[in-house]
Amino acid sequence: MQNAVNGAHQIMNRYSALEVLKGGLTGQKNWERVWRAPEPKREYDAIIIGGGGHGLATAYYLAKVHGMTNIAVCEKGWVGGGNIGRNTTIIRSNYMLEDNANFYEKGMQLWEEMAQELNYNVMFSQRGIINVAHSDAQMDSFARRGNAMRLNDIDAELLTREQVKELLPMLDYSSKARFPVYGGLQQPRAGTARHDAVAWGYARAADMRGVDILQNCEVTGFDIKDGQVQGLQTSRGVIKSKKVGIAVAGNTSRICAMAGFNRLPMESHKLQAMVSEPIKPFINTVCTFGAGHFYVSQSDKGGLVFGGDLDGYNSYAQRGNLPAVNHVLQSGMALMPSIGRLRLLRHWAGVMDMSMDGSPIMGTTQVKGLYLNAGWCYGGFKAIPAVGFCFAHTIAQNRPHELNENFTLNRFEKGYLLDEKGMGPVPGLH
Amino acid sequence: MIRINCPWCGERNMVEFTYGGDAINKYPGLSEETTAEQYFEFSYLRDNPCGPHLEYWHHVNGCRQWVKVKRDTLTHEVLATGPADALLGGEKE
Amino acid sequence: MTTQSNRLTQGGFIDRTKTLSFRFDGKTYTGYQGDTLASALLANGVKLVGRSFKYHRPRGIFSAGSEEPNAMVHLREGARQEPNTRATVVELYDGLVAESQNRGKSLRGDPQRINDYIKNFLPAGFYYKTFMGPFRNTKLWMLFEGIIRKSAGMGTASNLPDPDSYDHMSRHCEVLVIGGGPAGLMATKAAAASGARVILIDERAGLGGQLRHERYEIAGQPALEWVEQTVLELKAMKNVFILERTSAFGYYDHNFIGCVERVSDHLPTPIGHKPRQRMWNLQANQVVHATGSHEQPIVFGNNDRPNIMLASAVRAYINEYAVLPGKQAVVFTSCDDAYRTAIELFDAGAKVEAMVDSRQEESVYAALLRDRNIKILQGHAIVNAYGKEDGVHAVDVQSLVDGKSEKIQCDLVAMSNGWAPALHLFSQSGGKTSWDKERHIFVPGVSKQAECSVGAAKGSFDLKSCLEEGAHGGANAATVAGFPILQITAPSTNELQETSYEPLWESPDPASGHPKKFVDHQDDVATSDVQLAHREGFVSVEHLKRYTTLGMGTDQGKTSNVSGIAIMANARGCSIPEAGHTTFRPPYTPVSLGALGGAEVGEHFMPIRRTAMDSWHDEQGCEWIDAGVWRRPRYYPKGGETINDAFHRETKMARSSVGMCDVTTLGKIDLQGPDTAELLERIYINHWKKLPVGKVRYGMLLREDGIAYDDGTTSRLDENHFVMTTSTANAVNVMANLEYYLQVTWPDLRVQVTSVTEQWSVMAVAGPNSRKVLEKIIDLDISNEAFPFMATSECVAAGIPKCRLFRISFSGELAFELNVPCDYGRHVWENVYEAGQEFDIVSYGTEAMGNMRIEKGHVAGPEFDGRTTAGDLGLGMMMSKKKEFIGKRLANRECLTASDRKKFVGLIPVDGRTPLKAGSQIVANDNSLPPVEMIGHITSTGYCVEKDHPIALGFIKGGIEAWEGKTVQMSYPLRNLTVPMKVVSPVFVDPEGERLRG
Repeated sequence: MQNAVNGAHQIMNRYSALEVLKGGLTGQKNWERVWRAPEPKREYDAIIIGGGGHGLATAYYLAKVHGMTNIAVCEKGWVGGGNIGRNTTIIRSNYMLEDNANFYEKGMQLWEEMAQELNYNVMFSQRGIINVAHSDAQMDSFARRGNAMRLNDIDAELLTREQVKELLPMLDYSSKARFPVYGGLQQPRAGTARHDAVAWGYARAADMRGVDILQNCEVTGFDIKDGQVQGLQTSRGVIKSKKVGIAVAGNTSRICAMAGFNRLPMESHKLQAMVSEPIKPFINTVCTFGAGHFYVSQSDKGGLVFGGDLDGYNSYAQRGNLPAVNHVLQSGMALMPSIGRLRLLRHWAGVMDMSMDGSPIMGTTQVKGLYLNAGWCYGGFKAIPAVGFCFAHTIAQNRPHELNENFTLNRFEKGYLLDEKGMGPVPGLH
Repeated sequence: MIRINCPWCGERNMVEFTYGGDAINKYPGLSEETTAEQYFEFSYLRDNPCGPHLEYWHHVNGCRQWVKVKRDTLTHEVLATGPADALLGGEKE
Repeated sequence: MTTQSNRLTQGGFIDRTKTLSFRFDGKTYTGYQGDTLASALLANGVKLVGRSFKYHRPRGIFSAGSEEPNAMVHLREGARQEPNTRATVVELYDGLVAESQNRGKSLRGDPQRINDYIKNFLPAGFYYKTFMGPFRNTKLWMLFEGIIRKSAGMGTASNLPDPDSYDHMSRHCEVLVIGGGPAGLMATKAAAASGARVILIDERAGLGGQLRHERYEIAGQPALEWVEQTVLELKAMKNVFILERTSAFGYYDHNFIGCVERVSDHLPTPIGHKPRQRMWNLQANQVVHATGSHEQPIVFGNNDRPNIMLASAVRAYINEYAVLPGKQAVVFTSCDDAYRTAIELFDAGAKVEAMVDSRQEESVYAALLRDRNIKILQGHAIVNAYGKEDGVHAVDVQSLVDGKSEKIQCDLVAMSNGWAPALHLFSQSGGKTSWDKERHIFVPGVSKQAECSVGAAKGSFDLKSCLEEGAHGGANAATVAGFPILQITAPSTNELQETSYEPLWESPDPASGHPKKFVDHQDDVATSDVQLAHREGFVSVEHLKRYTTLGMGTDQGKTSNVSGIAIMANARGCSIPEAGHTTFRPPYTPVSLGALGGAEVGEHFMPIRRTAMDSWHDEQGCEWIDAGVWRRPRYYPKGGETINDAFHRETKMARSSVGMCDVTTLGKIDLQGPDTAELLERIYINHWKKLPVGKVRYGMLLREDGIAYDDGTTSRLDENHFVMTTSTANAVNVMANLEYYLQVTWPDLRVQVTSVTEQWSVMAVAGPNSRKVLEKIIDLDISNEAFPFMATSECVAAGIPKCRLFRISFSGELAFELNVPCDYGRHVWENVYEAGQEFDIVSYGTEAMGNMRIEKGHVAGPEFDGRTTAGDLGLGMMMSKKKEFIGKRLANRECLTASDRKKFVGLIPVDGRTPLKAGSQIVANDNSLPPVEMIGHITSTGYCVEKDHPIALGFIKGGIEAWEGKTVQMSYPLRNLTVPMKVVSPVFVDPEGERLRG
């Protein structure tokens, strides 16, 4: 399939069980570089800033759907080193507001076929997500969302306390629970994936279609003439392009400042993630605690992967502080009193591009040829394929796809708010 | 653990405070002359710098005063603190 | 019971008079007080203790400390079972029970050891390349995933609640010394001498660090005697606080160090009320890292076989625990250190078959070996090891010069590739590491926070430097913290000046075959995996780690990262510092989740707030409901009443006679000062300046962005004195907002605000007979003429002075809210109840209260969802056009004022019977397949008791103007429910409002 595509200038291993078998017999000599390490060209038809999930998926869809193969992805460090490499990998489309629901559901469909699409096993495991409810009011509020999901043709189940108990026997159902379990909202098709594999899979598939992935290529400035972007200054020299897409999550304000507009409806906050030591299968779904800040799933390696709320103040640091960790575990222990004897293996943080209504921004900007994709808050991972699909469309066609036509930068001024949590313009609360 | 020097209580742990957000934006004032755009900019747009940042912290578990803080968003170093109306250096009036 | 066949008859710091019995894999053994589980197992000749993560290869004990990658067990049983516990750090206690993990029924016969035979087909990242299948879905993967998940993971977690408790403590100090080895002890001594408050922490039960494992002399006496003496001195000082069994696991912002103390882990169960573990929040002015270093292994073929150990671990087992782990040893090294292992093995009675040294240069210790007739093979390397479950039984040793090889029989291999400073905490503090070219190690570079490194943590491995740097670093830290300069001289030592160290990152392959050479033992990452990563372009250290899982095990690569980086650097043809290292993430060693969570779990997760009448409600047998952190009576069931029966009855009685409800939880804010009316004018959407004294007004607050925020009544008690009420949910936030406006936005306004929520007990008395009830206990004339709707006055109630009466109504009936000083809440409540007996007064809960407000179409929490405007709520008319107020301009944005916005309406089932469900969506008709357009949703549901039919409140696009009288569908697909509903006015009872004014 790949070989038939224009611009694919090399033949790579097609990954398969047979090829793995061959590797075992040949001392693994049969494997080639997963993506090339090219020198930057002088000019590209489009450049994406940011070699994370969003940037790589956008490059892939530009090449695949829009036939643009003379394109590059500029990554200041190593591919997949930002939020795609430090998130808790939850994939879901359990949104209430229609714009979000439709977008994430498109993403969900792309996730379901991603491994075959990329010929890379991203390990999307549809183990479901359960939002545990702790009051009748919360059950009603979850039901409102679940009903909206059903009416938007997205899978959702409202679980009783007994059903939750069956699926999550380790929760606190005792009379000592401060907030008893009332039930839950489940999206069975939701799940988790292997986050690094998503970055590598897109990098490989984009590279196969001719995309140049430029690692250690930090953008230091924009060349803009008469309101039209002309190219980029980078740590690897000047690179020309009339189309530039920005997909840099928490660093959006910094990059946009280089292009002359730093005042955005957005703040950078850090979110911590944690992983326990690996254990045998313990929890078979993603679970979130409705009465505190805690969510958890288990990776294929066996570690419990969990997190909670933002640390709560503007930050560009990829490391967290302890009060937030204590708070997460306090919630975790209140929900699952048996986890006290497990151990925390690592904790770290990612920088989130928190928008003013908690929903994304994707579209054109005041600079011609410069496109912005940002504001994904802590939901950017699950958005990857749909972002790639829609942002590529936006860049190639110079107008948004219908799925992202309401994610505009000027919606805040118009009052078109996509505020799932109803917290208002306080980014740290979304 | 970020330590904030409350002008009234002295240096305290961040857990005594709640974060009040951006203090770079100036309130446009309640008057008929103020435009909707000014309110929009105040409520929605942020400098969001990577580096020194002016922000408010509310000493809720202390003196309940809003404290102005200049803090580096990359290193979390607290560079200066003062009362809510203090000018902490490098600030436009 | 077996004998401790490998126990030495003398030496060590174990107490031979205290024999402890323990069980491992069902078999009973003995050890001594002072043993670790690992030393006791070795003493009993147990070599095989676990299986590796991926290939299920047999593994033994590798180290003698917290860096252990292999010897992980299930410790304890039942609810106390702890998976992945390192046997090397478990202090033995009598009755200890441990099981090996990651295996089938038996450790030796683990069926998954088959993985080792097909390991060539399971290299790094093989799973990314297969298990996909041709169909574009996740089914095939999820089938394989189920199998993979079962075989992955290590130990098994219990589903039972953890029976032990945890605790958090905080402490401040001028100097925090991390690590109680020679450098740390000297640093503590020096810093403490200046008078500074010093905290010394060490992860082990006894201080001394590496000195416990060695045979050094300090100041002419055995090192341990010096340690004991120093510790005694330190413990006698008031300004020194020592925490043993305590790990510093993370270095955070502003010199904050997270530590965990294992208070009871060395006991069968915690004693008394002691916690199992305690987290310490340490705040230090200065930190001295005396964290030591980790010995690094050498990577060679089958280097993971049981009884292939770190050379220093062998010394530890001999010297500290009096255990000889093998009788016939080969020592393999690239540095001098391991020579001491050879000497001590020999002196303890083992046969040392060969000293294999990869260096060409002769060691300063060579003469000491020759004295003992130990063969030294200079310029040689072990290239392969033999032996499986029973441990190593032979090795191939090969010349690095001519490739000649010989096989040597042995039952123990001790190896050393030099030491790597433990830079974890330094690196977490923000400091950058630098590469020391001479010594081939990463060392601390420039500091970012107030800390310094001393001794082995800084790369100074000899004892003399450790003591000197410790003394200097401790004194310096105290001086920087503001204490007098006092230099302490370090005592003398007896070591030899060591030869230079030339690391051997990887042994060559043997002449025939390519045995796996393991870099990361726990996760089975071999050199071939690093090479595969290189071949495929995963050359950045972060890619290397993520692709191969190098350093991702529970040991976080303490004995594998450096070798891995070196092998990658070699493959890339670059230097080790160019290859770099990955970020050191906290925690340094794994920390129990219980310790991080602390004591505030279970019923203590959040405090329960109770009103002054709480005990009365409880005595009545009410059903409770959580309202935020408050608990409130939901309803008061009589006989076998269901919730619906009860709240219908309570509603009916309140509407027909009189009811009373505890509404203490509403937020109450006292505002005083000459500019109070002005403040209210600015924050509320309606007018306040002309409100007369003694009057109440309903007000609504918007957020800055124009969205409806909260509502409540505010009363003017005096010219400059108001009291504001807020919803229960927003009480705290509204208070913080008022403080913000007064301190930040309008500091010129002269207003003081005080939260008085807790000062007043509040009871609503509602119903046509409410006046008659209150007249009996209140000293005021509360006739309609003297005390009309929206009046307020101070009063004496049931003999209690300074109560406040408000004539306001949430229920829509003639109603009063009586505020009484909190302490008298129950007294007055009981008096009202007593006075109401002749009218059959009922106490009603939140269910009836909510129902009555729904009947009246009052908006509340479910309608204020953070997306609705005052206009959406039908309160747009309240918004003043004559003044500016918070949120006014942004509320007028085009999309917030559009005509198709969802607006507030009432709903009733067309059949008059079917209950409506909160959480439903509203659609125009019921027979279309999804996706279906949602024209609205239901927010609150209730039952109109007087008209005897279900009712609901909700929002519909275009509102009542567009839909009045029309039929829409309640859609609740989660339960397959569709109910035709009629759109009506949201006021179901007394729309003219005659009752409340009567």
